[in-house]
Amino acid sequence: MDQDDLVTFTIDGQEISVPKGTLIIRAAEQLGTIIPRFCDHPLLDPVGACRQCIVEVEGMPKPMMACTTTVMPDKAIKTHLTSEMARKGQEGTLELLLVNHPLDCPMCDKGGECPLQDQALKHGANTSRFVDQKRRFDKPVAVSPQILLDRERCVLCARCTRFSEQISGDPFIELFERGALEQVAIYEDEPYESYFSGNVIQICPVGALTSTSYRFKARPFDVVTTPSVCDHCSAGCSLTVQSRRGEIQRSLARTNMAVNEAWNCDKGRFGFTHLTDAQRITEPQLRGEDGALRPASWAEALLHITAAVHASRETGAGRVAVVAGARLADEDAYLVAKYTRTVLATDDLDHRTRFAPAVETEELSALIGRETASYADVEAAPVIVVAGLDPEEEVPILHLRLHKAWRQSKARIVVVGPHLGTLADLAWRRVPTAPGGEAAALLALIEGRNEVSDALRAEGAPAVLVGERAGAGSLTAGAALAAAVDGHVAYVPRRAGARGAIEAGLAAGLLPGGRRLADDEDRAAVEEVWHTELPTEPGRDLHAILADAAAGRIDVLHLIGVDLARDAASTELARAALAKVPTVICQDLAATGTVTAHADVVLPVTGRQERAGSSTNWEGRTQRFARAVDGPDLVQQDWEIVVQLAALLGHDLGVNDLEGIRAEMARLGRRSAPHAWPTVPAPTAPDPGQGRFVAVARPLLLDRGTMLAGATDLLATARPARVELNAHDAEEHGIADGDLVAVVAGTARLELVAEVRRDLVPGVVVLPANSTDEPAGALADRDGELVVTLERLADADDADAATRAPAGEVA
Amino acid sequence: MGATSAIIAMSERYGVEGVDDIEVYEQHGGYEGLRRALEMEPTEIIDAVKDAGVRGRGGAGFPTGLKWSFVAQGTGKPIYIVCNADEGEPGTFKDRPLMENDPHQLVEGMIVGGLAINSVQGYISLRGEFRHAGRLLSKAIAQAYEKGYLGADVMGSGKRFDLTLHRAAGAYICGEETALLDSLEGKRGQPRLRPPFPAAKGLYSCPTTVNNVESIAAVPFILRHCVDWWTQWGTEKSTGPKLVGVSGDVANPGNYEVPMGIPMRELIEIAGGMKEGHELKFFCPGGSSTPLLPAEAIDADYTYEAVIEAGSMLGTGAVMIYSDQRCVVDAVLGWTRFYEHESCGKCTPCREGGYWLAQVLQRIETGSGTLADLDLLQEVCDNIFGRSFCALGDALTSPIVAGLEHFREEFEAHVREGRCPLGVTPPRDDIPTLAVRARDHGNAQVPSFTAEPAGQA
Repeated sequence: MDQDDLVTFTIDGQEISVPKGTLIIRAAEQLGTIIPRFCDHPLLDPVGACRQCIVEVEGMPKPMMACTTTVMPDKAIKTHLTSEMARKGQEGTLELLLVNHPLDCPMCDKGGECPLQDQALKHGANTSRFVDQKRRFDKPVAVSPQILLDRERCVLCARCTRFSEQISGDPFIELFERGALEQVAIYEDEPYESYFSGNVIQICPVGALTSTSYRFKARPFDVVTTPSVCDHCSAGCSLTVQSRRGEIQRSLARTNMAVNEAWNCDKGRFGFTHLTDAQRITEPQLRGEDGALRPASWAEALLHITAAVHASRETGAGRVAVVAGARLADEDAYLVAKYTRTVLATDDLDHRTRFAPAVETEELSALIGRETASYADVEAAPVIVVAGLDPEEEVPILHLRLHKAWRQSKARIVVVGPHLGTLADLAWRRVPTAPGGEAAALLALIEGRNEVSDALRAEGAPAVLVGERAGAGSLTAGAALAAAVDGHVAYVPRRAGARGAIEAGLAAGLLPGGRRLADDEDRAAVEEVWHTELPTEPGRDLHAILADAAAGRIDVLHLIGVDLARDAASTELARAALAKVPTVICQDLAATGTVTAHADVVLPVTGRQERAGSSTNWEGRTQRFARAVDGPDLVQQDWEIVVQLAALLGHDLGVNDLEGIRAEMARLGRRSAPHAWPTVPAPTAPDPGQGRFVAVARPLLLDRGTMLAGATDLLATARPARVELNAHDAEEHGIADGDLVAVVAGTARLELVAEVRRDLVPGVVVLPANSTDEPAGALADRDGELVVTLERLADADDADAATRAPAGEVA
Repeated sequence: MGATSAIIAMSERYGVEGVDDIEVYEQHGGYEGLRRALEMEPTEIIDAVKDAGVRGRGGAGFPTGLKWSFVAQGTGKPIYIVCNADEGEPGTFKDRPLMENDPHQLVEGMIVGGLAINSVQGYISLRGEFRHAGRLLSKAIAQAYEKGYLGADVMGSGKRFDLTLHRAAGAYICGEETALLDSLEGKRGQPRLRPPFPAAKGLYSCPTTVNNVESIAAVPFILRHCVDWWTQWGTEKSTGPKLVGVSGDVANPGNYEVPMGIPMRELIEIAGGMKEGHELKFFCPGGSSTPLLPAEAIDADYTYEAVIEAGSMLGTGAVMIYSDQRCVVDAVLGWTRFYEHESCGKCTPCREGGYWLAQVLQRIETGSGTLADLDLLQEVCDNIFGRSFCALGDALTSPIVAGLEHFREEFEAHVREGRCPLGVTPPRDDIPTLAVRARDHGNAQVPSFTAEPAGQA
């Protein structure tokens, strides 16, 4: 840093130099002096409301607030450690803060981790001189299904209201009234439905905002605290998991400025009940003669599998396939990839539930090993292009970074694709395309003569974020665009294990470290470490596996953490395949529809919080997590199961612990130089035909996902399932906002309330992927294509009565 | 206003039949100041206001010309002039009579002020309760538009100025200029962090000046009559005529115009002297925020500097006179309840301090105070003064601290005798405090820790 930008002064006699504009409270922290504070939060704008952080500044007659005063050159600043004025001032404010505080610490959830409690003990007087009447309010008030408000405890620091306004950008919570009656409240006509509301519980400096699910559960000094990494999406948020007597009590955001700063989303915070839900699989099971699943021993279950594999080999090659959901720890993904290739000797493997375009394997291999966009790059980008991705619904913490860039540096957000989704409020410009047209639109921006292209070519490094729903070749096109404007590209898949699966080569034709099966050199490098010969021809992807399975050409289908009957792009094809395959193995956490209806062998596995491992987020950042609790007695980690299966099939995978797997992954490493990007295929223009729509299935954050089972309070804040359609199309079909419509494809139909919007391209509807009894995939044909018609069933008023599900029913 | 005023300057059109009509206003010298202003450079207008030594009439007494010269020019953003017509200081009634007696005076002042700072948009933030003033100002603004004083081409000068009347939702805090701006933007009225100051980032983050009604209305007079006309009254540091409201135990409480610099005793004389049988005990020179002064101080001159010398402030021109039949504790309690009620709630000292002090004072006044309470009052005030977010907290302490300073014995007598010695307030326990009002808010329940939230049963 330039010397001119530094300010030198003293705090309590110690000299310090900090950048110009630094607040006194931050400068003091650098010296290890913590000035007491309530309203101050380093990630929120200063407000100066609580008046606790009084310091004495040389030359200033009045006490100064350390949280709103910036440092001044050569001044002597004195804190409570050396200034009687500061010490007495702080004591005085604390006494005032406690005037209306109920002092009910013994029964308050915040007790033991309460800044008010701690600072009153450290900086306050021993006794209260207040003998009059405290103000009283009803309590607790449920401001949302998961947050309880105690207005008597509130010190009105406005952290919660500032968070919702400044960080999450959804100010559903506000201060009302004035004087001592000032209080936090929500609006009468707008429920507090934010995906980030749990953060206000964590930053509340008193016990005013507490969690419904953690209420009266535990004391901070009674819990065991374990650092973890969230497994709900690819954001990679650092978490703190707290357990008591082996049971998780709550999850908190753990500060990681590079990733989630100090925040997380409500799904990450409250979504851990699936581990103890009734749906949880706790023992191996086999389907009996009677068609019902019955408990079995591990030996029985594993031997059943090896027998099925042997039997299929009798029939011929290519009759075993593996589909792993993108939910695995990195180590497990690697070992599943190795097991499939070396033990099952097949490349019939996928980690996606989408039917991916052929070019994607080449794109994903080209991605690995490249310098791609990080959270910091997104925050610093003057222009952010988003294609095929709705960050708030899919990777919420990325949404917070977009919001931060938008708010703090006025970043211009450009959305490429058929709809804006939740970026509607932040988007600067949209580049509308039909579904699948994203790649061409991204390429067109390179040479474009329009304000978006001009902005991209201007000063600074833009970020190009390509999600899973962007059409074939979008990642390559995004990379080309980023390269042309000196920016950064990133691939942002939704699921937590997606990036790890790509790194591990968990897809047909894709080998670990960005290598390709079809590349002789790549194959040889992997063969050398795996001590085996690999198949030379790329295998089948999910679509081909399911199609062949449905045609009776697959004998054993091993599913690891994936609910194909619900999540596959075509539920019709998936269910047909699952019904046909003689041996379906489900290695999973929960009794999903696939497990109950189709599994022949069920293998119970550990959840994220029940084991150690590593996880790689969308940025490509790998983080370790530790075991917080023991799972049910009989569950095993995915990699352990694979090691045993390999052994029973006569193979030694060469590893028997996580360290061994990590060492082998490191030995193999990434390809020395990444593969070149492939050629962008010509877009396939969808032509649904007259009166028909192309549907986009977008997942909502809080939906019927397996890992939300049992999270009642959380699910009560789920956004309602809607079919979004263009205002023009709506008018043509006589559909008004709020009408109940049937979305129909063949014999399949979903009944949904219509949301008429102006940000959709004509001829497109957006459906919630997994928020209805039957998923959106039920409307797809066997190629996963979603072409639908709309029928109006009832107008808004009737629809309201008919479909207004009580909150929580989505579960 | 009228015969008994010491001088007739800014009140010259008060009582003129039909002066709320623009023609009548024009016949009485109206819009001549604006005509002069259009012949001047903006900086010349500001210089005239500086030379006249106009100090802000809203309470703080900051030089108006200097304030206008601080407004950031050439930022590429629009500049706003905002009139603070949210007259709410207890005891103050001088802006409302001005607006009701001579509404065009303010409209003309706003246009001139706009020209001075290169603003093309002005707002009058009028206290919502002032319905009549609002009606008159609306009419005045409409007539000014019709006559071409407002709009795209002010009097054919090619300069634009638009003026909007905003009827404020009403809260004492919205008289604080940054809270006023928030309220004008449609937000909750709470003071903003400074810096940035309104002159750099005010209304909608644009350069803004906020001035009191009387300050703005003064400017056309100065341009029309010249600077010397204005400075014929007052002292070097306190110039011009001043509109005052004299209230309390005087024979003719009312709104008067006086020259700055007369002894304050004359203010009582102008208001007809003390009420019969009453003797001056204490007074507030400029509204409840200015510390009360004992009778001895009445001989001080009515200037910014002399009143500060005497231990108070000139404030808002609200002279409140209290006789020997008034209880000082009762008066202080009344003001404290006002501040308790009007605290915006943003900062701890003002919010909690006002709540606490009102209860302590109530106990003392009704005879259940202790001597320790007197020290407590002082110490709590010490913890509020200089620590609150805005001046409201400081103002809250001034009647209490001044009351204790000058009349501690009377406070002690309340404690000693267990009642108000003057019998002003009989011992009682039914004074509504916030604690009681909280219950009136529909929250009248004992804390119910066992209650489950809705849907959780």
